[in-house]
Amino acid sequence: MTNYGELMPVNIITGFLGSGKTTLLQRLLRSPELSEVAVLVNEFGEVGLDHHLLQGVAESTLLLENGCLCCAVRGDLQKALRNLLSQQTRGSVPHFRRVVIETSGLADPAPIAYTLLSEAVLRHHFRLSGIITTIDAVNGANQLGTFPEAVKQVSMADRLVVTKADLSDGPSVAALRARLRTLNVAAQILESTEIPGDIRHLLTDDIYDAAGKFREASHWKAEAVDEPADHEHTAGVQSFAVIFDRPLDWSSFGVWASMLLHRHGADVLRLKGILNVAGLPTPVLINGVQHIVHPPSHLERWPDADRRSRLIFIVRGLQRSRIERSLAIFSDLVNQPALLPA
Amino acid sequence: MCALCGVLGGKAHWSDSASAPAVFAGRSEPQTRTRERQARVRILNAVLKHHSVVVKDWSGNAYLLTSRTGRTAIVDTVGDIWPAAERISGRICDPLDERYLSTLTNREGSNAAP
Repeated sequence: MTNYGELMPVNIITGFLGSGKTTLLQRLLRSPELSEVAVLVNEFGEVGLDHHLLQGVAESTLLLENGCLCCAVRGDLQKALRNLLSQQTRGSVPHFRRVVIETSGLADPAPIAYTLLSEAVLRHHFRLSGIITTIDAVNGANQLGTFPEAVKQVSMADRLVVTKADLSDGPSVAALRARLRTLNVAAQILESTEIPGDIRHLLTDDIYDAAGKFREASHWKAEAVDEPADHEHTAGVQSFAVIFDRPLDWSSFGVWASMLLHRHGADVLRLKGILNVAGLPTPVLINGVQHIVHPPSHLERWPDADRRSRLIFIVRGLQRSRIERSLAIFSDLVNQPALLPA
Repeated sequence: MCALCGVLGGKAHWSDSASAPAVFAGRSEPQTRTRERQARVRILNAVLKHHSVVVKDWSGNAYLLTSRTGRTAIVDTVGDIWPAAERISGRICDPLDERYLSTLTNREGSNAAP
């Protein structure tokens, strides 16, 4: 079986209409370290992209039998990524090590993640690296209040890039950042003007990248603070951390999480966690998008002295207290005398 | 594929340690795949007792589910168990359901494994 971390990383750049996705992509592609990148775009906008390996795809989604929108295969991507693989094998396109997909302004990132992890061919060649969402500082707050698509794009992101902050005022930008933090406690929030010189980290840092996984997990750690259960939310979406003092039994956790995502996956927009697993000296990282959980990764050492497990949930309409209680009960099952190994 | 019985290799699930060998290489007590599946099956049986569904490991590659009425299902991974259990038992599998959680806590110390 191929090591998941060795598969070709795919980044998603999403964001509402006119939020600056293509401008950000232009900046990223100017970085010499990101020269071997293939780009798939869903729509050609006003900002032109000049890139040697750029292909357009018409958005189409194949709904599967279970009818769940997040578990749908994006037929366009399936075809485009298979074509890219084929072209690379034949040598008919320049060599590339990473793929960036720029979605349309109203796209849902979940089917893209599902396509990468479940499609028969693609899952052996590609992995989801990270989701970057751009938010317009001028119109972003209004869009979050009006369009559920914008809320979902923010909720599912690993990195949130606030664009056009220079066209807004300080208090408005601060209020927008606070709202973004409420929706997504685990994402790094950056203003496009404060992106560091080494912009490639925006794409390359993820929990499977040897050089970047510690940086990536540090965002989860730093922001995984206890949030009040009744804080302000948007479109029913809220994010919170569930913290466990005792080491978790991996089998119990896997059974619990898979059952939870079976029943409530459509409402668990993201699930991230730094887990203290019984019997393991180093923390285990898990990363899920709705019904999909990627194979776990791990850090070589704990980020600090805190050894508690932290699970970050970004959910729609689910109660934190109920999730905590459920996980606690499942974790205790392993201590039942009848369940102890003979 | 198993040369003796013709069973194809099962799909990997993210919760199988085989899906990320490097993550679980540092275990203080080395665990074989068989032991891991046995431990998981014990937990699954405790979790699905309320549904009157019994789970057995099937050739180390799949799970065999049997309902009280004798309906059966064979599935590849833990993730596939829940829709199959719902289908053969007629009950939903919801770990956030309060009544269901109460049945799990009330059974503590009882003989949960079938």
